[in-house]
Amino acid sequence: MPINPELHSDYLLRLADSNLVLGHRMSEWIGKAPTIEEELALANIGLDLIGQARALLAHAAKVSGDGRDEDALAFLRDTHQYRNLLLVENKNGDFANTIVRQFLYSAFAQPHWNALTRSSDEELAGIAAKAEKEATYHVRHSSEWLIRLGDGTEESHRRAQNALDNLWMYTGEMFESDDIEQAVIEAGIGVDPSTIKPQWDAIVEPVLKQATLVQPEDGWMISGGRVGRHTEHLGHMLSDMQFLQRAYPGQQW
Amino acid sequence: MPEKTTPLYEVFLRPRNGLAHRHVGSLHAADDVMALQSARDVYTRRGEAGSIWVVRSDSIIATNPADKDVDFAPSDPEHKPYRHPTFYKIPPEVGHM
Repeated sequence: MPINPELHSDYLLRLADSNLVLGHRMSEWIGKAPTIEEELALANIGLDLIGQARALLAHAAKVSGDGRDEDALAFLRDTHQYRNLLLVENKNGDFANTIVRQFLYSAFAQPHWNALTRSSDEELAGIAAKAEKEATYHVRHSSEWLIRLGDGTEESHRRAQNALDNLWMYTGEMFESDDIEQAVIEAGIGVDPSTIKPQWDAIVEPVLKQATLVQPEDGWMISGGRVGRHTEHLGHMLSDMQFLQRAYPGQQW
Repeated sequence: MPEKTTPLYEVFLRPRNGLAHRHVGSLHAADDVMALQSARDVYTRRGEAGSIWVVRSDSIIATNPADKDVDFAPSDPEHKPYRHPTFYKIPPEVGHM
């Protein structure tokens, strides 16, 4: 079924932006991570995510054909034009918060990429196949840490539980879809995110249990990232991330 | 980082089947699983490995530096040069061995 390129491109931006924003968040740990080993691990995860975002942005630019390239999409869109999940724009906070955020997202991303490998958009299916391997490692790394933080010292447990309680209300948005997504899903390009929920549960529940953390009740869930309604954190992050291209347009290195 | 909670591990990599694992460095980790993950993250960023070994540094049994003379002086090539196969003429067709 043919699809409006604008909807197709918007769908790709949604996928790209969550990875770009979380990738940038990981880069903020460079120079500040608790140990040199973990600093490299966080930077590796960030680079994986930014790599996924680049491939998706380049593809989105080609699909929309509006003359913008991947750099223009990353560095010259303003907050309300970003389509990322609100979960990933949350500030890094302490190490437990970063790990919980990563775990909750990667537990979604991994099965989501897996489903996208069957997309009728061959370019997207190819990106998904590469990204799935990376996401599988992100789940492993963040869950091993979460188990050790939750089942660690009194302080690490408190911080991990606190992060989980604070971030839980952002998890509902991952499984929502709107008209844009439905059109892309019907075209065989996209994946209905609600179908990922059972797989997410299957990853999250046992890890939280092993980490001796209490899974929060599903209460009110915040959303809006995918249509450009963001928390206050994204603008601050973008002002840092986009500074160079805003101040020196077209600058390269 | 406190040595007590994050002991030292030695990291060995094998680039591909058929080669031996080689020591590449060390790292601190809370336990075996985290050591293996850190080894992957720290030492295999450029496709260096097809296999990783990690081992607790305190599990390695090593020679005592004080016994250096007893252990190694008797095999000094200066005294036992015949242990090095350097007395053979290698035909040029063989090339580098």
